Amino acid sequence: MEHLPVLLIVVPLMAAPLCVLIRQPTLVMGFALVVIWSCPLMAATLLQRVLADGTISYAIGGWPAPYGIEYRVDALNAFVLLFVSSLGAAVLSYAPRSIAREIPQSKHHLFVTSYLLCLTGLMGMTITGDLFNVFVFLEISSLSSYALISLGRHRRALTAAFQYLILGTVGATFILIGIGLLYQMTGTLNMADMAERLRDVTGVRTVLVAFAFLSVGLALKMALFPLHLWLPDAYAFAPSAVTAFIAATSTKVSVYVLLRFVFSVFGVGFAFDTLGLDRILLPLALVGIFVASTVAIFQQNIKRMLAYSSVAQVGYMVLGISFASVNGLTASIVHMFNHALMKGGLFMAMGCIAFRLGSVDLDRMRGIGRTMPVTMALWVVGGLGLIGIPVTAGFISKWYLIMAALEQDRWVVAALVLVSSLLALVYILRVVEVAYFQEPAEGDAHVTEAPMSLLVPTGLVIGATLFFGLQTSWSAGVARVAAESLLGLSR
Amino acid sequence: MSPSTVLLLTLALPLVAAVLTGLFDRRPNVREATTLVAGVLTFLVVASLVPDVLSGLRPEATLFEVVPGVSIAFTLEPLGMLFALVASGLWIVTTNYSIGYMRSHDEGHQTRFYTCFAVAIFAALGVALAGNLLTLFVFYEVLTISTYPLVAHHGDEKARRGARVYLGVLLTTSVALLLPAVIWTYTLAGTLDFTEGGILAGKADNLTLGILLALFAFGTGKAALMPFHRWLPAAMVAPTPVSALLHAVAVVKAGVFTVMKVAVYIFGIDLLASTHISVWLMYAAALTVMLSSLIAMTKDNLKARLAYSTISQLSYVVLGAALATGSGVIGGSMHIAMHAVGKITLFFCAGAIYVTAHKTEISDMRGIGRVMPITTFAFLIGALSVIGVPPFGGSWSKWYLALGAIDAHQSILVGVLMVSSLLNIAYLLPLPIRGFFSAPEGVANPKVKEAPLFCLVPLCVTATGCVLLFFYADGIYRLLAPLGGQ
Amino acid sequence: MSPLGLYNYWVVIFLMMTGFYVVIARGNLIKKIIGLNIFQTSVFLLYLTMGKVRGGTVPIFAEIRADIYTHPLPSVLILTAIVVGIATTAVALALIVRIREAYGTIEEDDLDAINREE
Repeated sequence: MEHLPVLLIVVPLMAAPLCVLIRQPTLVMGFALVVIWSCPLMAATLLQRVLADGTISYAIGGWPAPYGIEYRVDALNAFVLLFVSSLGAAVLSYAPRSIAREIPQSKHHLFVTSYLLCLTGLMGMTITGDLFNVFVFLEISSLSSYALISLGRHRRALTAAFQYLILGTVGATFILIGIGLLYQMTGTLNMADMAERLRDVTGVRTVLVAFAFLSVGLALKMALFPLHLWLPDAYAFAPSAVTAFIAATSTKVSVYVLLRFVFSVFGVGFAFDTLGLDRILLPLALVGIFVASTVAIFQQNIKRMLAYSSVAQVGYMVLGISFASVNGLTASIVHMFNHALMKGGLFMAMGCIAFRLGSVDLDRMRGIGRTMPVTMALWVVGGLGLIGIPVTAGFISKWYLIMAALEQDRWVVAALVLVSSLLALVYILRVVEVAYFQEPAEGDAHVTEAPMSLLVPTGLVIGATLFFGLQTSWSAGVARVAAESLLGLSR
Repeated sequence: MSPSTVLLLTLALPLVAAVLTGLFDRRPNVREATTLVAGVLTFLVVASLVPDVLSGLRPEATLFEVVPGVSIAFTLEPLGMLFALVASGLWIVTTNYSIGYMRSHDEGHQTRFYTCFAVAIFAALGVALAGNLLTLFVFYEVLTISTYPLVAHHGDEKARRGARVYLGVLLTTSVALLLPAVIWTYTLAGTLDFTEGGILAGKADNLTLGILLALFAFGTGKAALMPFHRWLPAAMVAPTPVSALLHAVAVVKAGVFTVMKVAVYIFGIDLLASTHISVWLMYAAALTVMLSSLIAMTKDNLKARLAYSTISQLSYVVLGAALATGSGVIGGSMHIAMHAVGKITLFFCAGAIYVTAHKTEISDMRGIGRVMPITTFAFLIGALSVIGVPPFGGSWSKWYLALGAIDAHQSILVGVLMVSSLLNIAYLLPLPIRGFFSAPEGVANPKVKEAPLFCLVPLCVTATGCVLLFFYADGIYRLLAPLGGQ
Repeated sequence: MSPLGLYNYWVVIFLMMTGFYVVIARGNLIKKIIGLNIFQTSVFLLYLTMGKVRGGTVPIFAEIRADIYTHPLPSVLILTAIVVGIATTAVALALIVRIREAYGTIEEDDLDAINREE
């Protein structure tokens, strides 16, 4: 029990190379599923313990904190760990049937290996309390996600992966520079220790430059407008299961790291009062929301449409951060979670559609509301969440976001957030109309409902968006605790 | 069963009906029987709570906490009781009518129709029973979404365009105006519970309250206050039972119900009366009454004319709320029920004429009274009730509204009520007059050919209802009396 | 210290910009990767420079003890970063091979043109 924080990382990390050794596709998948489902269980235990007893600190290899690498679990990253691992597990349960159509069988074990490594990287970035460790795990997750994306059936998956590799590496190197400069100023890599030591050197130009490099690098990784160019192609051409996994987890973890840097390392005072971070983030977030939502409306490829929608949704998360208030941060954190569920679910539903149709073009989706009623109903529920209709999880995010804006008398921002939801309405409605009120094309009339092995995981994830739209004490409640601790208001 | 269990049962019944109708896709008879049984049960369950509410009890039920201090919660109070009775009662009648209409018209996608209809009723009941603004908002949106497939029912380009306007206006207003109003109220008052006497007194200055009231009044797009009324005529593309649902049973009634509820339980009529912040709303409502009546006169399409008539009648309810006097509130609330029964009769008749004689334009309906005497007679009764002539139900609500206007010292508004009644006569009565007194074109003595029985019986029932409501309005008055502080 | 006294940092900046320029300006995918490597190498140099202590020697305990050692931690970190860099290059080269197989070219302009046509 005491070693839980490190087990969470080591178990999938060790399992990944074993998958290469096993090779036999069914065995690999069975083994990986057992391994991956153990992660949310461990994460849930961690979250429960953190909420009961406060922050857990774990020294890797027994080397104490400022010198050795520390894993530090508080309410915020326990929450992120839980939903990232849960969605990772849910999508992998869905994957076997989905990749059977999209990835040659000879590569299945490599897919599983990369998948486990990617999850390891994401969880590592989240759990670690050491700056350099963040970089290492970031690269583990990035490299494996380049490989995962390149597995897509269409050859454009290759160019998309390459483009992501270039931009992702530039972003990661920026982060490395930032970490280096911070290390130069403070002589430590431990986050908590660094936060202490940075207080003496705020205002030194090196710290400012470090902050700039870090935020630009992270903005690239989280696809904050205008640094989102890698994302649409990567999401559109990756295999369905990969898109669902990456869309649900990857950008959220980058947002988490930004939160960690801004609030736990640099501190609110430095980031907002000295630097005026809100004056940069707020306009970027708003412009991103509007531009990306508008571009989404004109997409024919629905996976690409959802990808642009993701760029817009990252805007909402960053907008919440820019308020630097409890409600704003609660909105950001809870939206990380809600959006992970919604987008994960939507891309899983797209996977069901691709499984039957072999295409995700809007034209081919005509009449699909009749031929694949369950899939499409799930899709619509997910879509309603993106708009922020009540009863879905998306509504809860909007609620906190607007409350945060109103509290600071930012009327215009609140109004813009509301208006932007209507753009989401337009792009969702466009698909609904085609799917329900047009006749299927000649060749697609015989299409039947997706198999249960795809529908059940999709249904669970989408069902969760409804559940967390009503029962919010496990999502917004925990997010609030995390927000308060980030702002130093409790414990 | 405790009253709060009964309350939840009321909501569960339509939802169960929705699931079951979905399952009986292949067996239309079972499917429609299910809807009917669910309708009757729902009505009985709602009605069983009437004695409790009359005796002053307010049954409550709380489900889950959505944001700190605000849960999905239900409270039954007089106004909600009335709306729930109207919605569940008319559901039974409308189902009967739908069976006749949809079958004789050979409509497609009937299962989707019945399922969405049941979900819409579920949402309307949720609005009626909502214990706080958030719950109300949630069900308000569910109602919008669940009626979208009904409006787009035919699926052709025209239907899709109409449905797009429908969804666009309703969602835009609710998300862009109503939602911020709700959140703002929450930040001001710290609660969203519907409380007698309101929750906003002393919480903000008059200007803020005025803006808030405007956000609520215009944000409730379903109340069709001009200039947000476009969705109602656009939704005319839907099959007639759906129009009945929109105009009488659920949708518009949910809108004016929301306005009334906000006026009484969020602002409180004392606050509205003492600060005069609702004066502009009276005139906005009066303007909508007059303008839409005038537009109605220019429409030859029967359903379009009825649609504008609805817009005008809805503003009576908004007017009642804005008057902020006891009689005004009672009159407005009563009008929800009276107009529902009257207007549904008119729509049933319009649908019956369309199904049997395939006519949609009023100018083509000469002599229709000789072909369809019962239908035309029912139309006459419905029209007279909407106009407000005794002995029909509509006269009472107009009476109390006029009293309310006098109490509020708004003599101009009394005049508006009078003039608009005259306009009602001018646009509603031509059909029965032409129907009975002009000779039909072509044939001298046409055979009587009424609509199918499933259509005919419901419209007779609602027409009878118009008369009964006149004589039993006392019950409604006693139910609503606490609202007016009497 | 004169500006030239920090010449290591000037080299870092020069290499960084060179690498970055190559990544952006070159259309050939292999050249892009070379640019990326130069870019990363500049950061390695940055770390090594900051770890250098004037007059310090290699941080290895041997029979002959020195008084001052260069800080070892940045070198250790950079060893990790070099491994990461090699891994990135390997993945990138593998991708380029696959791109060449699928498209028959590794010039970005040609690839864009082909992708646009589809």
